[in-house]
Amino acid sequence: MTDLVDYDEALAAYDPALGLEVHVELGTATKMFCGCSTVFGAEPNTQVCPTCLGLPGSMPAVNAVAVESAIRIGLALNCEIAEWCRFARKNYFYPDMPKNFQTSQYDEPIAFDGWTEVEVDGETFRVEIERAHMEEDTGKSTHVGTSGRIHGADYSLVDYNRAGIPLIEIVTKPILGTREKAPAVARAYVAHLRDLLLGLGVSDVRMEQGSLRCDVNLSLSPIGSGTLGTRTETKNVNSLRSVERAARYEVSRQAAVLRSGASVTQETRHWHEDTGVTTSGREKSDAEDYRYFPEPDLVPVAPSREWVDELRAELPEPPRVRRARLQEAWGFSDLEMRDTVGAGALGLVEQTIAAGATPQAARKWWLSELARRANEQGTELTALPITPEQVARIQALVDDGSLNDKLARQVFDGVLAGEGDPDAVVASRGLAIVSDDDALGDAVDQAIADNPDVAQKIRDGKHAAAGALIGAVMKQMRGQADAGRVRELILERLA
Amino acid sequence: MTTPLTTSTAAELARALAAGETTSVELTQAHLDRIEATDGAVHAFLHVDAEGALDQARASDERRARGEAASDLDGVPVAVKDVLATEGLPTTCGSRILEGWVPPYDATVVRRLKEAGLPILGKTNMDEFAMGSSTEHSAYGPTRNPWDLERIPGGSGGGSAAAVAAYQAPLALGTDTGGSIRQPGAVTGTVGVKPTYGGVSRYGLVAMANSLDQVGPVTRTVLDAALLHQVVGGHDPLDSTSLDQPVPDVVAAARQGASGDLAGVRVGVVTELGGEGYQPGVQQRFDEAVELLVGAGAEVVRVGCPSFTHALAAYYLLMPSEASSNLARFDAMRYGLRVLPDGVEAPSAEEVMRATRDAGFGDEVKRRIILGTYALSSGYYDAYYGQAQKVRTLIQRDFDRAFAQADVLVSPTSPTTAFRLGEKLDDPLAMYLNDVATIPANLAGVPGISVPAGLAPEDDLPVGLQLLAPIAADDRLYRVGAALEALLEQQWGGPLLTADKLDEAVAR
Repeated sequence: MTDLVDYDEALAAYDPALGLEVHVELGTATKMFCGCSTVFGAEPNTQVCPTCLGLPGSMPAVNAVAVESAIRIGLALNCEIAEWCRFARKNYFYPDMPKNFQTSQYDEPIAFDGWTEVEVDGETFRVEIERAHMEEDTGKSTHVGTSGRIHGADYSLVDYNRAGIPLIEIVTKPILGTREKAPAVARAYVAHLRDLLLGLGVSDVRMEQGSLRCDVNLSLSPIGSGTLGTRTETKNVNSLRSVERAARYEVSRQAAVLRSGASVTQETRHWHEDTGVTTSGREKSDAEDYRYFPEPDLVPVAPSREWVDELRAELPEPPRVRRARLQEAWGFSDLEMRDTVGAGALGLVEQTIAAGATPQAARKWWLSELARRANEQGTELTALPITPEQVARIQALVDDGSLNDKLARQVFDGVLAGEGDPDAVVASRGLAIVSDDDALGDAVDQAIADNPDVAQKIRDGKHAAAGALIGAVMKQMRGQADAGRVRELILERLA
Repeated sequence: MTTPLTTSTAAELARALAAGETTSVELTQAHLDRIEATDGAVHAFLHVDAEGALDQARASDERRARGEAASDLDGVPVAVKDVLATEGLPTTCGSRILEGWVPPYDATVVRRLKEAGLPILGKTNMDEFAMGSSTEHSAYGPTRNPWDLERIPGGSGGGSAAAVAAYQAPLALGTDTGGSIRQPGAVTGTVGVKPTYGGVSRYGLVAMANSLDQVGPVTRTVLDAALLHQVVGGHDPLDSTSLDQPVPDVVAAARQGASGDLAGVRVGVVTELGGEGYQPGVQQRFDEAVELLVGAGAEVVRVGCPSFTHALAAYYLLMPSEASSNLARFDAMRYGLRVLPDGVEAPSAEEVMRATRDAGFGDEVKRRIILGTYALSSGYYDAYYGQAQKVRTLIQRDFDRAFAQADVLVSPTSPTTAFRLGEKLDDPLAMYLNDVATIPANLAGVPGISVPAGLAPEDDLPVGLQLLAPIAADDRLYRVGAALEALLEQQWGGPLLTADKLDEAVAR
């Protein structure tokens, strides 16, 4: 069992330094260097061609849309855009790498020296961006066997549909001075990046499908030392929650290593979602030599200044400005806004409002009902199989009296279970409120008959006692009675 | 054993087809017969596609009958170096590691051959992955020089050059990374052209060194080379490094040159490419050819290109660097050879890769992978790859200066005539020196041609003269090359190449 130091104790002795490397799959229609489709979830090895399979003789050709997306991302992160840059080959052998080199960028990234700001609990942290560069994704290996990992696998399958999908890797400089908020800053940064990328429309940034993947680098140094400690690079951190948990875990783990007098090993570590721990991967000290050199099959990318200026002028509103605007428009308190942003629900709430819900209703469903369910499933709000339009429709049904909140929750159950749109779920589950007097009358009569004492109190003028009878009617009608009408019927009969 | 159908030039065959004097089926069959009769001795081909070629020939004849010829060369057969991907036809690159691999796609140049209606006779032998100057590094056995079957046909494109020299094909495609079209041309008495880098698409060319490789024609006459160049050349969106400009009118240039008039043309003799290290008979024939150019009105100057002395060293860092990375994909995972390691139960992917690459690559390939891997390694990169790139820049500047003084540059193509099989196999450095005069053009991207310049007096074997021109001025090669060819043939009373020696040897 790995030794851990209590988080607060660790912070009392050490300063964490963060670094984040985020890989974003661009939402281009075709791959980085060939014309193959990028649609997620197709039959394995059906979206391939000589180029993305690395067949002998094939050659890459750069996807201009991907370059444009890369520049827009760079600009949104306040980066310099290279006047001239090249692709480079990163050479290493792996079965899911068709050419056994990845076409990437090395010392000439398309975007560099940027910054952005993230907010945690009302405090703003500036994150310096080292670089954003273009590269291609690898194929996807599936290791078949009891372990599910390459060690102990009976055999492995490789799907090259993913090979060649355009990626942008965004690397921060070390993020210092975050103290106990380091894990929260890490999470906030990734959430911020996600909002920014969504706003740019360059990626669907679905962490659970791997279209945004995060490596968390973390090191500790004794408080006040002014130096950087040895860092670890934790891979496979693929949800906002995990980003925060992984950073927190590494703080506790590294503090324990340092306190024991040992030193932290510079290495890659793997994050385990289920157990909430990181384990050692390969050591970086004997890291492979990637033998980078400029890709000779591609000509340099040299975006004209005019084009870059054009793209800059067309950038959408930055997230901070957008948040301020939306907060005012929606009339949210600072706390409500912070919770909405923190839950990664800003876009979802906005779309729900756009689909007709009031701001408070939209916020209520996403931050209470749906956030709870996402949390239970250990997933993100965006990963829930429900759309903002569907949420707005459920609220509309509440507003017109067809549903109450309790029934609405059942409709959420149905939609999330894949039973179809809200209206379909209401119909198939028979969830609509009953306000028909004939149907209600029988239940009211029954409730009065079953509760003679209560009925007498009402007859005696104690109208507040009607609640007990309404409850009985509701129970009888599985919550689907129109409570207001039931009350009227009770009072009419016991007048 | 030859017939007029196999000894005619491609231009003559095209004329005869257009005039209805022959059919593509007839002349394709004649070449297939010639291959059948002679390739046991020459071994120019790794794969002959008789059926496919005849199908294409029939389609060509039908087109011509309808008056819808796809190009001037529609129906004239061609051979293709085995480093170019051909859909449905094996493509081995002369390596065991690709034995049996059939590409699912055509190289752009192959597609253009098909679109222009040229029946593809088959795939020609080569040094493994184009690494060599003798075709002895083919995993499928060497090709022999039709002039003397005990000698090498040059390399790496010895198969294409020998096929053309043996009248097995009127036209062939080769590839030239450091001289693999021009040097075989020189030692087999044929014409070989390395076009301007980017002038011909590399899509579908199995790369040795992407920044140096170029596809080009291998023929018996300068005009035929121009005709083939025009078919395969030009921009290709699939090759980002291909030039987005039209191919210069090389056919017109060749026709113009055939008049033999070179008045006003400035010819630069490169000081560094000649003299010491060059076989006396090679130097002699070269000097005589230069005199002929003077006689035709050319103005001859001597130009110095001091950085050329470092070209070979720079080449042997850059080329292996790129090659080591290119060849990484041959890992037994998706195609080609797969070898399971001996005595290992349930081997890992890595163990299979290692065993396959060990068994599948020949020694020269392994040597270059090791060289390149070393040159790119962290800590060595600047000293090797980085320095070599600087030399490359210096060589480009030497060319710039030289072309300010001369329209074309000339040198012997190769320092020697064809050597004996096995003679240099154990001495890689001696083998590499064959390309000392051809490599600078690849490093600078400039076009070059080798034309026959006669037989060396001491061994009666062909000598090649190399012409080099500035980037995108390929037409100059054809103009001056065709002039030299015409002047020499006047002197010789006909082409240098004949079938006599080969036919005698085969008959024995």
